[in-house]
Amino acid sequence: MTDQSHSTAPLSVQQAATRNAPLARPRAGRGVLGLTRRDATLMLVVTVLVVFAPFILNPFPETSALAQFNAGYPDLMQRFVIFGIFAIGFNILFGLTGYLSFGHAAFLGVGSYAAIWSMKLITLNVIPGILFAIIVAGLFSLVVGFISLRRSGIYFSILTLAFAQMSYALAYSVLTPITGGETGLQIKNTDTPLFGGPESGIGRANLFGAEMGNSTELELGNWLFTFNLGYYIAGAALLLAFYLSIRIFRSPFGIMLRAVKSNQQRMNYTGLMPKRYTLSAFVISGMFAGLAGGLMVAMDTQVGPERMFWTASGEVVIMTILGGAGTLLGPVLGAGFIKYMENIISKINKDILHQWFAFLPDGMEDVMVAVVYPFIGKGWHLTLGIMFMLVVIFLPGGLVEGGQRIAAKFRRNKTQD
Amino acid sequence: MSKSNFTRRGVIQTGAIAGAGLALPTYLRAENHTGFTNAPGDSEVTLGFNVPQTGPYADEGADELRAYELAVEHLNGGGDGGMLGTFSSQVLDGTGILGREVKYVTGDTQTKSDAARASARSMIEKDGAIMITGGSSSGVAVAVQALCQEAGVIFMAGLTHSNDTTGKDRKANGFRHFFNSYMSGAALAPVLAAQYGEDRKAYHLTADYNWGYTTEEAIRASTEAMGWETVNSVKTPLTQTDFSSYIAPVLNSGADILVLNHYGGNMVNSLTNAVQFGLREAQANGKNFEIVVPLFSRLMARGAGENIKGIFGSTNWHWSLQDEGSQAFVRSFGTKYGFPPSQAAHTCYVQTLLYADAVTRAGSFAPCAVAEALEGFEFDGLGNGKTLYRAEDHQCFKDVLVVRGKENPESEFDLLEVVEVTPVDQVIYEPDHPQMGGADASLGECNNGA
Amino acid sequence: MDQIIVQILNGLDKGSAYALIALGLTLIFGTLGVVNFAHGALFMLGSFCAVILSRILSASHKVVDPDRTDFLGNPLEVDVFYVQDWFGEAAGAAIMEWAVPLAILFSIPVMIGVGFAMERGLIKHFYKRPHADQILVTFGLAIVLQEIIKYFFGANPIQTPAPDAFRGSLDFGVFLGYDPLTIMYPYWRLVYFFFSALIIAGVFAFLQFTTFGMVVRAGMADRETVGLLGIDIDKRFTFMFGLAAAVAGVAGVMYAPIVAPNYHMGMDFLVLSFVVVVVGGMGSLPGAVAAGFLLGILESFASMPTVVDVLPGINQIIIYLVAIVILLTRPRGLMGRKGVMED
Repeated sequence: MTDQSHSTAPLSVQQAATRNAPLARPRAGRGVLGLTRRDATLMLVVTVLVVFAPFILNPFPETSALAQFNAGYPDLMQRFVIFGIFAIGFNILFGLTGYLSFGHAAFLGVGSYAAIWSMKLITLNVIPGILFAIIVAGLFSLVVGFISLRRSGIYFSILTLAFAQMSYALAYSVLTPITGGETGLQIKNTDTPLFGGPESGIGRANLFGAEMGNSTELELGNWLFTFNLGYYIAGAALLLAFYLSIRIFRSPFGIMLRAVKSNQQRMNYTGLMPKRYTLSAFVISGMFAGLAGGLMVAMDTQVGPERMFWTASGEVVIMTILGGAGTLLGPVLGAGFIKYMENIISKINKDILHQWFAFLPDGMEDVMVAVVYPFIGKGWHLTLGIMFMLVVIFLPGGLVEGGQRIAAKFRRNKTQD
Repeated sequence: MSKSNFTRRGVIQTGAIAGAGLALPTYLRAENHTGFTNAPGDSEVTLGFNVPQTGPYADEGADELRAYELAVEHLNGGGDGGMLGTFSSQVLDGTGILGREVKYVTGDTQTKSDAARASARSMIEKDGAIMITGGSSSGVAVAVQALCQEAGVIFMAGLTHSNDTTGKDRKANGFRHFFNSYMSGAALAPVLAAQYGEDRKAYHLTADYNWGYTTEEAIRASTEAMGWETVNSVKTPLTQTDFSSYIAPVLNSGADILVLNHYGGNMVNSLTNAVQFGLREAQANGKNFEIVVPLFSRLMARGAGENIKGIFGSTNWHWSLQDEGSQAFVRSFGTKYGFPPSQAAHTCYVQTLLYADAVTRAGSFAPCAVAEALEGFEFDGLGNGKTLYRAEDHQCFKDVLVVRGKENPESEFDLLEVVEVTPVDQVIYEPDHPQMGGADASLGECNNGA
Repeated sequence: MDQIIVQILNGLDKGSAYALIALGLTLIFGTLGVVNFAHGALFMLGSFCAVILSRILSASHKVVDPDRTDFLGNPLEVDVFYVQDWFGEAAGAAIMEWAVPLAILFSIPVMIGVGFAMERGLIKHFYKRPHADQILVTFGLAIVLQEIIKYFFGANPIQTPAPDAFRGSLDFGVFLGYDPLTIMYPYWRLVYFFFSALIIAGVFAFLQFTTFGMVVRAGMADRETVGLLGIDIDKRFTFMFGLAAAVAGVAGVMYAPIVAPNYHMGMDFLVLSFVVVVVGGMGSLPGAVAAGFLLGILESFASMPTVVDVLPGINQIIIYLVAIVILLTRPRGLMGRKGVMED
């Protein structure tokens, strides 16, 4: 239903260039791993970001008041990359074909259930769990996609929404024996997986014996950096997902998907079957969602049905649009932005505000606290809503466009020098 | 193998080694530290208050947070000391916990297990919290309790009423002060039988999720033991707002009692709808038709307004109690915030004090030592009379209040009146009771973390 | 049989709520081509118009009553209502009691104002933007609106009862020859149904029989051509947005006594109302109304104990199941027009 071509918003030069790049020189200049130089650079940047995230996300010393804004702890870093994968997958469907699925969280949820059952019954090793998650989510998305793709536009959106809401409602109630209902599923000490169960106590997700929770800490002065095994496994999955996404964007298949978006009728006339391409894209993005779901269980062995509620589906839509639909990096940025707000802003409380503004005279301090207070802690939703509106009003291309504008400004300054 | 869920943040933040770590990478292993997750430094200790700040239970979460702030104030020697003065164990002296000043971090559970675990993990991993507490629903409590078990910190449950929390999902590192579905049933049934007679036919409307199931099971079992008959029980979707299509068939079903196993917004709406459909004025089987709401909360009772009058239910605690502890708590809470505390606030305040007391008695923050100090602990003076923290399932056993919606409230807070205080002997059960997961349920082993 | 009649009544009642919300949503979809995720928030604002008016009417000042004490043992401060000061005790009480019906009058100008402000201030700039951007900006707006309401009114539901005259139930079965007390139906719900029917009929009549409505319908069909004819369609569209907001708002006011308003009720209705609109067919007002009633009635039937016993969980999914079946058998919903929001 979203037809980007109607957009009168001026596309920035780079954006247009990125989009047209594969069309302009489809085979030329393929370097490392079959990537063009520009893509290889992008891949390298993302790799560096993922590898050094524990440093980059922890810029403030532990003892300073700004340590509140540090995001370099395992849970949040894991969430950044997992939701990054989810959004990358969603963008392959939405960004390329324009088909807006409003039920993608169902695939993530189904993947999660598959992964936790694999850990409960087969082995606590995360690899089979994640593979199961991808396969089950892929099969489920094949069924949902096959039916939903018989319609387009908003009719398609509502069909996917209906499937997801049914999955949620059933998981919450009737399917309680399989899904654990509201309480969800966790690994218990009564679980006896076929291979490599724990000798005693509760089993933990591991990779050939190395547990996901394992961390090494590096202390440098007042800084403390945490390197978590689980994060690096999820990070590796993100890099793989990102690489696949680049390849798909640049492949003839990706061009076909863009053709679906710009003019399906013409495709039909030329004898191509658009549905075959859109269904493939749908299943691929469903498998990405399954991967994200499997990773979520691997990092934190728990599943609940609210993972499939429509708000969760809406969240990935928003992540993608906020970051920049149809761009490679956008969805990852959008996912990071929303998860950062959710986990950091919601934890600021009145006491912390008083600490921040303690340098002000007493009266001023109270005024400042009163002004800021509605936007933090329990008001984090308000801040989120305002940010959505500001971004979409002033940055029609999402956060990516914001980055490009800044980059363009720097470049201009440089040439003036 | 080293499983270092633990971090040194607690230590660094207190400045104990600030500046000492001269750029030498310190690789930490299990052998060279204090032996448990997030061991605090010498001057401060951090507690994690994880409550719903957004979503339908945000107001309860806000009240819980107020109680936590009050508890921290009292532990650090501020205010009037509240229940510290009435608590039967007198080891807390207003100098923090084991001489360390109490600091706290807050988070938003959103009443979703995923968000609650994310928030709890950030408290453990980032802020170095030594104990997590709070929550306003059983799904969240079970999820966070399991997380704390894995990470090796203590979880002191907030408002959670499902049997499962200390039943089939009980954990060695988790503790619940709040009462549960079984106790509600056991306390309510005799009162209901005395009020409405033993020859009654009940119709259950049950919220379609775990708490609803355990509550229905408990109420059915207890009332059927009194001679009641259960005509029908219908599950209602959690997301339902208009219950008309579930209420309408009740009147002609042959039942003369409607039991609403609903909580929060569900309860407000189903009760309002039931009153709209004239169930309160109706007659059935030659008797007055009656409505029962097993779990009452004053905050929610306010949402139901007039409709609550004369309706029986149970509650963990109510501010109008006249014992010394309750009065002390109401006085300090009311003075600070201008209105009386809710039962959610009470249980959270008490849990914080109980934790601090257990640490002090154990002389250590190590979760296993704290758990040992809490297990089998008998205390008094915290508003519920004599109470036991049972070792087998980490559930508190105390008197249960049977309440009724007040006919002539004197203020907007004066909505419930205590009809009967059911003594603890009537609501106690065996740890392997079938409703509590039977013989399979076990606490597992306590976990000190890294 | 009597159970079926009751459930039909329930279905009509639920259906009229769905239909009213879907009607407003379709007006905005159809005329402006905007996907308005803030429509649920408008419904919520309407409900809170009732809450706000009853708060205004029961504005009070404190008088210390030395004979009684509050929970801390201090002298009790008793609220004295201004309306009772001004109009006397009985008349004042009556005014406060009739807050919800009065709120209908109060809400119409308020909601039209909100609608105008939204359209002029925000939506106007998004007509030519992709639907995805419209979703994002209106979703953001919905969050902001509901957080503002939460900030002032808290998260718990707020009881806003109907006047005493509408309490109690009508013995509906007697009219159909049943024994007394077999089919009882609450007065207020009947009022809600008839009131909704009135509004729906009013909106249709307005679009069908006035010149203004004709131009708007023409604009829905072909905006460009109408613009070329020199008609200032923009102004009319602004008005339509105000109208849609008012319809949602009035639906909300009337709904307040049925379900106690809370700040997130808009989000609860949002997804459902989109399903209703799409099942009805994009760009079709009659379709939206028909789908509203159809889904309302089916939902009521699905929640009957006998049905749930046979098909457990059917009450949870019936709406979505029906939506899927209808969309697969009728490509554009019940009465959708070709080419609207299909690409």
